[in-house]
Amino acid sequence: MSKHPHLHDNEVILDVRGLRVAYGKVEALHGVDLCIRRGQIVTVIGPNGAGKTTLLAALIGLLPATGDIIYMGHPRRHADEVEALVRQGMTLVPEKRELFAEMSVEDNLILGAFDRYRTGHRDQMETMDEVFELFPRLEERRSQLAGTLSGGERQMLAMGRALMAKPKLLMLDEPSLGLAPLIIKEIFRIIAELKQTGVAILLVEQNARAALQIADYGYVLETGEVSLAGPSQELAADPRVIEAYLGLGKKH
Amino acid sequence: MDLQILLLLGQDGITNGAIYALLALALVLVFAVTRVIFIPQGEFVAYGALTLASLQTGKVPGTIWLLLALGSTVAVLDGYRLLREKRFAKLPPLLIFNVGLPLLAAAGLFAMPPDQLPLWAQAVVAMLLVIPLGPMIYRVAFQPLASASVLVLLIVSIAVHVTLIGLGLLFFGAEGSRTPPFTEISFELAGAPLQGQTILVVVASALLIIGLYFFFERTIYGKALRATAMNRTGARLMGIPPALAGKLCFTLAAAIGAFSGILIAPITTIYYDSGFLIGLKGFVGAIIGGLASYPVAALGALLVGLLESYSSFYASAFKEVIVFTLIIPVLLWRSLTSKHIEEEEE
Repeated sequence: MSKHPHLHDNEVILDVRGLRVAYGKVEALHGVDLCIRRGQIVTVIGPNGAGKTTLLAALIGLLPATGDIIYMGHPRRHADEVEALVRQGMTLVPEKRELFAEMSVEDNLILGAFDRYRTGHRDQMETMDEVFELFPRLEERRSQLAGTLSGGERQMLAMGRALMAKPKLLMLDEPSLGLAPLIIKEIFRIIAELKQTGVAILLVEQNARAALQIADYGYVLETGEVSLAGPSQELAADPRVIEAYLGLGKKH
Repeated sequence: MDLQILLLLGQDGITNGAIYALLALALVLVFAVTRVIFIPQGEFVAYGALTLASLQTGKVPGTIWLLLALGSTVAVLDGYRLLREKRFAKLPPLLIFNVGLPLLAAAGLFAMPPDQLPLWAQAVVAMLLVIPLGPMIYRVAFQPLASASVLVLLIVSIAVHVTLIGLGLLFFGAEGSRTPPFTEISFELAGAPLQGQTILVVVASALLIIGLYFFFERTIYGKALRATAMNRTGARLMGIPPALAGKLCFTLAAAIGAFSGILIAPITTIYYDSGFLIGLKGFVGAIIGGLASYPVAALGALLVGLLESYSSFYASAFKEVIVFTLIIPVLLWRSLTSKHIEEEEE
C-alpha cells in the first residue's frame, strides 16, 4: 500500500500477450492480450463462462498457461508457482474468498503477511492498522472467527488479507458476487480508494456497470477471447456493451 | 480386583495413553496438513528408543547411515532443480543442512564414544539423529506426490513403513533394548508404588502438548500450518508453499515420535518393529478424533491406553484384540452421526 516513488508513473505492471489456457484438450482462453499500468484500475467484464476466473488463475500461477506474461518488466518464468509470484507482489482475491474459516479475522490478516514475515519483515501490525483504516468493520470483528462473518465482511476480509502482502498488483475476482447493493457500493468505493495508494488493480466483474464506473480501462471477454477493449468511458458508451452488459434504457 | 491393582493398572494405562496421545496428535497433524495417513509414525518411536540404546552401549547407531543417505538424496533432488533454475544462492544452505551436518554428526560419533556422555545428552543426540529423517522422508517420498489421492499417499506411507522396519532390523538387530530410567524416584500412592518415570512421561507429554498448542495458536508458522490444513488454495495464495507446510509437519511428527521413543525406552523393551503396534494404537486414538480433532484424539488415545492396561489384566491374550476392536463401534458411531464429505480434489 505504500507509494513507490522510484517507479515511473506510467510504468507497465503487467503485460500479457497471447495467453492461452487449456483444461486438457479444451482450450478456455484463446490468446488474450492485456495491459495494466501502475495506479490503474483495469476491469475485465463478460458473461459467465467467458474465462474470466481462468484468466486470473493463470496469471497467479494456479493454472499452467502458454503465451507471454511480462510482470514489472521481466518475462515470467513458467516454472514460477503461486508462492514465487506472491513474493514478487502479485495477489489474488479469489471468487470463493478462500478464507481460513476456523481462524479469527486477525489471524487471517496476519497470514496475509506470511511471505513478508518469512522474508524478514516485521511490520504486520502496522500494515494491519492500515487495513483496519480501510475496513473499520474488520477491526470491530477482529477476534471473531472468519466463518461467522457476513458475506460483505468476508469479502472485506479477503481484500484486507490480500493487502497485508503489500501487493503491487491486486487482482480481484468478482468482489461483488452475492452481496447486497449497499455493500457492493461500499466495496467499490474502497477499490477506488485503493487506487490512490498506487497499487495496480485488475478487477474481474460481472457487474459491468459498477466496474466500468471506477475503472480506467476495460476489456470485454467473451468465450475466451477479448472482443472489445478501450478506456472505460468509451466502453460504457459503446452500444454493444450497453446492449449486452448494461441493460437497455438504464442510465449508468 | 483390589484398589492397589486398580491404581497400578491405571498408572500403566495413563503412561502408555500419554504416549499414544502424542502419536495421535502427530497423526492428526500430518493428515490434516498433507492428507498422508502416516503409518511410519511408530517407526520414529522405535528409531528414537533404539538410537538412544545404541548410543548407551557405545555403538554408532545405524541411524546415521540413513541420515547420510537420505540427506544426500535430498541434496541431489533439490540441488538439480536449483541448478536448472540458476538459483545458486540457495545451494550452500541446502548442502550444509542435508550433507554437511549429517557428515559432522557422523564424524562426531566416531571421534567420541557416545557412552561417555550423560544420559540427557545422549537423549538429545538421539533426537537430533532421528528428527531430520522426518522432513527428508517427506521430501523424497511424499513431496513429489503432493497432489495425489489419499489412497496413493497411503500406499507410499506403507512402503515407507516397510522400508523403515527393514532398515531398523539392519541397524539395530533383532534383539530388543531397554534403556536405564531417567529417574529412580518412587512414591507411594494409596498402597501402590508410583514410579518417577511414570510421572516424567505424563508431565513431559503434557508439556509437549502445551508447547504444541502455543506453536499452533501463537506463532505465524503454526498458524500457517493450520491454514494449510483448513484451506490449501487460500494458503498458497498467501505464499505458504505446501512443501514448506509438509516439511514442517513431518519435522514435528518425527520430533514427537523420537521424543515418545525416548520416554518409553526405559519402560518397555523396544524391538526394531515395536513401533508399528505403538503407532497403531495412537492411530486408534486419532480415528476416535476423526483424524481432525486434536483434543478428542488425545482423549481417545488415553482411553486406548487404559483399555489396554485393564484388558491385559483380565484377558491378557486378547489385549490387542480388545484395543483394536474398539475402533469398530467408534467407526460405526462416526459414520452414522457425521455427514460424509467427498475428498476434495484440487
